[in-house]
Amino acid sequence: MGWRLHITKVGAARTAFVVLVFAALELLCRLGVIPLVTMIPPSEMVASLWSILAGGTFNNDIVFTLYNIVAAAVLAVVLGFFLGAGLHALPRLRRPLVPLLSAYYAVPTFVFYPLLIVAFGVGRTALIVMGAMFGIVAMIVNTTLGLDHVPPAVDRTAAILRLDRWRRLVLVRLPAAAPHLVTGIKLAVAYSVIGIVAGEFILATAGMGKRIAFSYDNFDNRTMYGMLLLLLIGVMIINGALSAWERRLHRRFGQQ
Amino acid sequence: MTSRRFDHALLLAGFLAIWQVLHWAAGADVVSSPWATIARAVELLGAPAFWGHVRATLAAFALASVISIAGGIALGLWLGLRHFAGDVADPILGTLYSIPKITLYPIILLMFGLGVSAKVAFGVIHGVFPIAIFTMNAVRNVAPVFRRTALVMRLSPVTTAATVMAPAALPEILAGIRVGVALTLLGTLIGELFAATSGLGFALIRAMDVHAVVDILAITLLLFCFAACVNASLRLVERRARHGG
Repeated sequence: MGWRLHITKVGAARTAFVVLVFAALELLCRLGVIPLVTMIPPSEMVASLWSILAGGTFNNDIVFTLYNIVAAAVLAVVLGFFLGAGLHALPRLRRPLVPLLSAYYAVPTFVFYPLLIVAFGVGRTALIVMGAMFGIVAMIVNTTLGLDHVPPAVDRTAAILRLDRWRRLVLVRLPAAAPHLVTGIKLAVAYSVIGIVAGEFILATAGMGKRIAFSYDNFDNRTMYGMLLLLLIGVMIINGALSAWERRLHRRFGQQ
Repeated sequence: MTSRRFDHALLLAGFLAIWQVLHWAAGADVVSSPWATIARAVELLGAPAFWGHVRATLAAFALASVISIAGGIALGLWLGLRHFAGDVADPILGTLYSIPKITLYPIILLMFGLGVSAKVAFGVIHGVFPIAIFTMNAVRNVAPVFRRTALVMRLSPVTTAATVMAPAALPEILAGIRVGVALTLLGTLIGELFAATSGLGFALIRAMDVHAVVDILAITLLLFCFAACVNASLRLVERRARHGG
């Protein structure tokens, strides 16, 4: 009873805090403390978002970016899982690689994007490869961590059942490592988004990143903030759904 | 020990071989050869103009790291000790941590203009949230028995913080700093890509503009070595804190 009350109070306080932040922003913009050339009031952003969605002007860009994100994330997750499983099987290769893998995200790898454009041309493929390249390392790292946490008893059971290497990986170890794998999926998606949006900022024929960069260059703050809001809401929904899945798996497997 | 050194050498050889194959397969327009790239990196290390960029990036990175660490630890300590505030803030911090900060670059540019403050701001928004989250969890995860023992021993709040809480939470906080500093470097470099007139990110965007493949790869290689060194030394500090305490 007390716990439930606590949850309700926390939720209410959180909502109040978020509302207050946006109200303060709205006020500061309306009063001119934050000039319109810097930021438009949040209510205007929502209105712009609404007209973008209702008018359908940027539907092509939205679908383009969404498709790229899904393709890059799927590539990163599938390839990352198998590379991670391979790396886990080769501890002598893994040990010297660990510090390099954790330094990977300190460097903006999307500076390679122009090279990908030369290789694949301006378009979807270069963006998808870029996103997958940025996302895959998170999946590799979390796959190796997940396989570390497979209980020895589970492995031994698989050995007793005389499963071959392939089945042992896919039927036994994959589900046993699931909580970490979902963390990997969540991060791979997040990093794929960064890679793709960065690519679209730099050079693209279409996409939400391209629209945001274009309206920024043309001082079209209304469109820019509307698209930004749409992109952020989309990312938050995807991330929220993956986080909920992650929490459920962690609860089921009784891990922290 | 020798076998470990052998593994490192093998990894390096494999890496260079894959790179060379990529160079052959894709051509010099896409991937410069490892030897040309390393030669160019060495040449850059001898050029004063390059060190000007290095200094600009290091200054912004250092400032952004200090702000991220100080701000993240202060916020994390406060939220970790106040349970209600922590519960309220937890998902908000998680969301701020996970949104792709690169999308915010137009806002940062509009607020800070082009220059040093924009790239520092970019570094800070990348680094401060992971440090706050790790610190908050570190403080919350200190075993209650430690706190109760401090109470039983009638330690003052200051002594409790300094001799009980800090050593218990330190390894986790250092892990947060390691993650946060890496992201701060990423943020600073992204800031330089889009908003600077000097620094390694700026040198990269200029190389991208004229499609100097060997420069792009050489600068990235040097950055990667730098990031790996920072990461390895922070990892060492962390390990010492974990086992020394």
